[in-house]
Amino acid sequence: MERTLTNFIRALRSSEVAVSSGEAIDAARAVALMGYGDRSVLKETLGCVLAKSEHEKTVHDALFDLYFARPPEREPSSAESSDSDNDDGGDDSQDGGAPSTDDLMSLLQSGDETAISVALEKAAQQAGLDDIRFSTQVAYFSQQMVKAMGGDGMQKELLDALSGRTPEDDARATDIMAARKDLTMRAREKAEQAFDIFGAGETEQFRDDFASRKSLGALDLRDMERMKTLIAKVAKRLAVKHSRRRRKRNRGTLDVRRTMRANAGVDGIPFNVIWKQKKKDRPKIIAICDVSGSVARYVRFLLLLLYSLNDVVPDLHSFAFSHRLGPVDDALDGHGFEEAMDKIMKVYGMGSTDYGQAFSDMKVNHWDLIDRRSTVIILGDGRSNYGDPRLDLVREMAGRAKQVIWLNPEGVSVWGSGDSEMLRYRPYCTQASHVATLKDLEKAVDEILASYG
Amino acid sequence: MCSARGRRGNNGASPLPQRDSLSVGRVTPTPEYMTKTTQTGFEPITSIDAVTEGLGTVGYISTRAISTAVYLAQGLRKPILIEGPAGVGKTDLAASMARWLKLPILRLQCYEGLDEGKALYEWKYGKQLLYTQILKEKLNDVIGDAGDLSESLGKLSSFEDLFFSEQFLESRPLLTAMQQDAGSVLLIDEIDKSDEEFEAFLLEVLSDFQVTVPEIGTIEARVPPLVILTSNNVRELGDALKRRCLHLHIGFPDAERERMIVRARVPDVDEALLSQLVNFVQGIREQDIKKRPSISETVDWARTLLLMHASSLDEAFVRDTLNVLLKHESDIAAVQQDLPKLVRSAAGTDTSGRKASGYPDMS
Repeated sequence: MERTLTNFIRALRSSEVAVSSGEAIDAARAVALMGYGDRSVLKETLGCVLAKSEHEKTVHDALFDLYFARPPEREPSSAESSDSDNDDGGDDSQDGGAPSTDDLMSLLQSGDETAISVALEKAAQQAGLDDIRFSTQVAYFSQQMVKAMGGDGMQKELLDALSGRTPEDDARATDIMAARKDLTMRAREKAEQAFDIFGAGETEQFRDDFASRKSLGALDLRDMERMKTLIAKVAKRLAVKHSRRRRKRNRGTLDVRRTMRANAGVDGIPFNVIWKQKKKDRPKIIAICDVSGSVARYVRFLLLLLYSLNDVVPDLHSFAFSHRLGPVDDALDGHGFEEAMDKIMKVYGMGSTDYGQAFSDMKVNHWDLIDRRSTVIILGDGRSNYGDPRLDLVREMAGRAKQVIWLNPEGVSVWGSGDSEMLRYRPYCTQASHVATLKDLEKAVDEILASYG
Repeated sequence: MCSARGRRGNNGASPLPQRDSLSVGRVTPTPEYMTKTTQTGFEPITSIDAVTEGLGTVGYISTRAISTAVYLAQGLRKPILIEGPAGVGKTDLAASMARWLKLPILRLQCYEGLDEGKALYEWKYGKQLLYTQILKEKLNDVIGDAGDLSESLGKLSSFEDLFFSEQFLESRPLLTAMQQDAGSVLLIDEIDKSDEEFEAFLLEVLSDFQVTVPEIGTIEARVPPLVILTSNNVRELGDALKRRCLHLHIGFPDAERERMIVRARVPDVDEALLSQLVNFVQGIREQDIKKRPSISETVDWARTLLLMHASSLDEAFVRDTLNVLLKHESDIAAVQQDLPKLVRSAAGTDTSGRKASGYPDMS
């Protein structure tokens, strides 16, 4: 039973539920307390001990049902095995049916690796090896594979040979035993390999890594779901990292005023020493996002970033524009991403770009928001349809704000080409960077938040 | 500041003669982990159902998950970390447990800047100072007959130790919880509002049920308290803390449980009205609003309706009292629009019969 539990914990770990060995011990103690008797009690118990957040709890519950489920009856494979019992020596009418023992043995003895692996692959398909999720299933699946390749017939032959008394029978028995051992080993190897591929969570990890390095413009809708969870993770990571250092103790500088007041009750003797503290600015971010036609390829992504930032930064003001600019905080707050995006796109989306107009809207309606502790992030390609870029406003903005960061989905090499005003905007930006992948993005936002640290 | 005192007072290296006579608790330099984990000190809870029943006797309507967590916490001596939206009965669970087990409840409300001086213990500076003054006057009596400096220092050092003894120790919730003879329920409320440092400081308390006072030594709990931590997820808690706790998420209740809770809290409420108002609240939770009403708001609303002598849900009544249920202006405005529909569906389509059995979704 211990083994069942440790394997379950391993399965949890491969699904990104971090279970420490301490928790594993707790789980064992909890199970000892509760027993394996009641399934639902066991589920609640393990959920309580092993899962440490709501998300982990869902993962746990799903995995629990999967892991502690009774293996389903395999109708086709049992039919197959009964087939192979009967058609000893007969030829196979079914495709992929079990071959006769002699065929199997000659195949194994031939040393033809290709033929053997083809046969194994076929057997693996029949046994449904792709469904393998846990290492405990390796034995089960290898057995199924042996069966599918005619192991049962082999077993029968072996018994016959063993009960015979002639030396030929003995020799045949030895042969069959050797062949069976070989076959079992191969099947086991195959099953273990399958577990490595399908069972472990590494494939997921690999796909995540791949997606985070992929160029954002090249992302299609299929990747969007994965991207969404990835960005949420990035946002969480940034939030955890940057919510910490709001106050820093300035050890060594005595706060005389507060110390005197705190110790007034004890005759002014400084029992209670108070040090000066440095207050940190809370990050205040003003994000201006271009949602016009020219950035259509990136717009989902830019909005997704805006949406995740909304969770990370407590003091965030978001604006979107094509040519007229307006606040989108309400749309981002408390809605799912898809819904928020629809709302924003309906009002501001896909028009022709006019950066100058957007900046002047900003000046007229929201200029007061920008102060010396705010960071202005502009998300856009800087392509303004040859309109007035209103550089004066950008200059003024840069003067008021702590910093102006421009995140451009276009490569540096095309900045300034065509209607791109990027090169003219760039001098006023504290930083202007090309953000092509999720990794770039995380780095950029991390740097912005770190400047408040 | 405590370390500063430690340096000034005794350096902790010399063994203190008063140690054994301390009534603070068993003071052991090396805690024996094995004996501690098996020693519970409470009446053992026999089963999960016993938990549900026990909590029921003090008016807390439990669920399977909650009872399992409580049972495990008691059996494994582990703290429970409860997460969930505000007002679903996280804090109340701790209070109910204390009532049920007849244990004192010690509550530590966390906030930004909470430090161990407020959570664990503090020296009574004033009293210490007063005694110093007295000692100053009697100084001659004490060291009068001392022959040389080292002898008088020896005489003084016994006083020094006295100053850092239990007599001058102001115990705060954490220490008080450890000192209870019959055990206690320790509620650490809204742990997510405290600083990282405080969270780290809690680790010793939560895993070993002991605290270390540098001047005295390690104080071990006589009977490990039942610890409940609550969190509203303002900040992500550290893994080290989470690892030491059982995790329990309490969400919004289903209609059945919510009816039971309101009935337990507001016993006078009419059965027909009860099911209507619970249905209405459940309906509102489905709406697209900022802050969904929780159980405490449902209970408040039930009391309000009772006060207004409402016998059934009426659109005008609801409109007037919606501010009890919803705490944001925009939410109230959003719900006002759909109010007739919500009230109608809460009252059930069959308006002729107001009997409880007349509502299909009741049972």
